[in-house]
Amino acid sequence: MIKNQKALWALAFIGTNLILFIIFFLGPALLGLYYSFTDYSGISASFIGLNNYIQLFQDGSFYGALFRTIVYAGIGVPLIYCVSLGVSLLLTSYKTRGKGLAKIAFFFPWLISPIIAGVIWRWLFGESFGFVNFILENLGLSTVSWFSNGIMAFAVLFFASVWIGTAFNMLLFMSALVNIPGTYYDAAKIDGANTIQKFWHITLPALRPTSFMVILLSVFNLMKEFPLVQSLTNGGPGSDTTLLVQYIYETGFNKLDIGYASAASMILFVLLLVFSLLQLRSEKRWQN
Amino acid sequence: MLKFKENQSSIFLTVLMYVMVFLFIFPILWLLLSSFKPGGELFDYPLSFLPENPTVENYEYAWTTMNFVRYFVNTAIVTVVTTVLTILASASCGFALAKYKYKWLSVFFICILATTMLPTEVIMNPTFTVIQTLGLYDSLAGLIVPSISTATGIFMFRQFFLTVPDDLLESARIDGASEGKTFFRLMLPISKPIIITLAIFSFQWRWNDYIWPLIVISSPEKYTLQIALRNIVGANSIDWPLLLSASVISILPMVILFFVFQRYIMDSQATSGLKD
Repeated sequence: MIKNQKALWALAFIGTNLILFIIFFLGPALLGLYYSFTDYSGISASFIGLNNYIQLFQDGSFYGALFRTIVYAGIGVPLIYCVSLGVSLLLTSYKTRGKGLAKIAFFFPWLISPIIAGVIWRWLFGESFGFVNFILENLGLSTVSWFSNGIMAFAVLFFASVWIGTAFNMLLFMSALVNIPGTYYDAAKIDGANTIQKFWHITLPALRPTSFMVILLSVFNLMKEFPLVQSLTNGGPGSDTTLLVQYIYETGFNKLDIGYASAASMILFVLLLVFSLLQLRSEKRWQN
Repeated sequence: MLKFKENQSSIFLTVLMYVMVFLFIFPILWLLLSSFKPGGELFDYPLSFLPENPTVENYEYAWTTMNFVRYFVNTAIVTVVTTVLTILASASCGFALAKYKYKWLSVFFICILATTMLPTEVIMNPTFTVIQTLGLYDSLAGLIVPSISTATGIFMFRQFFLTVPDDLLESARIDGASEGKTFFRLMLPISKPIIITLAIFSFQWRWNDYIWPLIVISSPEKYTLQIALRNIVGANSIDWPLLLSASVISILPMVILFFVFQRYIMDSQATSGLKD
């Protein structure tokens, strides 16, 4: 009796989250899987088997969005990783002065929503009135059409992504860095190791679990990027910066091609899943 | 000689750090300075760094033209209510996952971790169907209810309660306190640092959220700040004087919150093992 009562309490404690999990996670996930096999357009759905998937693999605009998303994560994640690590090394080094203020400055972008981050960078890089082009002009260089050139628009997107992405990862790195025992470095010093050797043989290996975490979170964040692009470039010029989630949104909500959009969602889900499994495996291998 | 070299590298690294600080701060500084320039001066070449005729007219303009107060209140309601409910739900769930040993609880924990693999961004259409079916479409409740559950929050509390000794719990049970009473009277108060950390996180997630309002809200009087701002920046010709000042206003609550609770975010070890 008493045992049962305990189980009931446990159930009550998780109750809210259990119900929300079923309604807002399991429900939509299964519904999405079902939609992906239908031609659902908001009114009626008839089963069309794998047609959506077959069509997707022949659809140039889907490939484009997929390719850009992978490029975005493939370049963006290493950038975010290096900048966050670099900044946290500076912030934990005994050689730098005035860390308190610097730490706040690096963390500040965390407070700002992706929509406003988009506004801020769009304003800074404006083609005919932006500060960056103004400086370029004053330096006697030619101005850059930041938003009408696809590659340049992508470059601005990287600036903005690193700017937002650094703050939180920096905190993760910093708490790992201060936990590396100082004796390791003392021992290395006695052995005559230089700074680079110490970084390579002590700091990086000690940061391995944190690095896995930072990379996993960053890949997820960039693969599902949406609001930042919405306000920074709106996917343009043309569809040069349209990423997968925006493609799904436009297909599913603007064109009401819900079945088709759901098939694309499932592919994005599989990508995220495969990536996390690979990551998990390599993390295990490193531990052994 | 060695001392000199040491000093030199110290100066070099400090300068490098402050160059980075400048690069990180400048975009915000430029937004802030621009928002105090009168409309004409914004596009007046050559650009001046500081506003020549500083004015708050853009702010008055933003506050009066847009239904700004409305959006601000909507966002505040959603943020505060969700944050309170998130803390209660995550704390109790984390407590159960840490302190009761049942097979089905471990399964549920794995389910919760799995939710991070399939973020709402990926399943917007089916989520929309669910919202509509439940009658939550175009209501602030539709923004609040689904956002209560967060894997991060549950995880934070679970990790915390794992460090609380079982003896503490046992002695309360021996004293005859019910499980619910133990949780509310004993466990919740001692988890105060986690409560504050999660509160700040939740506040930031909800205040800056774009995905849920985009799916749930359709009528302008229920807009949140992010949706309203997105509409200005998505317009064919952007009203920059409005956009700049409105952006600054929308950041302010987060900035105030940050400076009040700074130490809970920046110093806490609690941040290790978190996402978002």
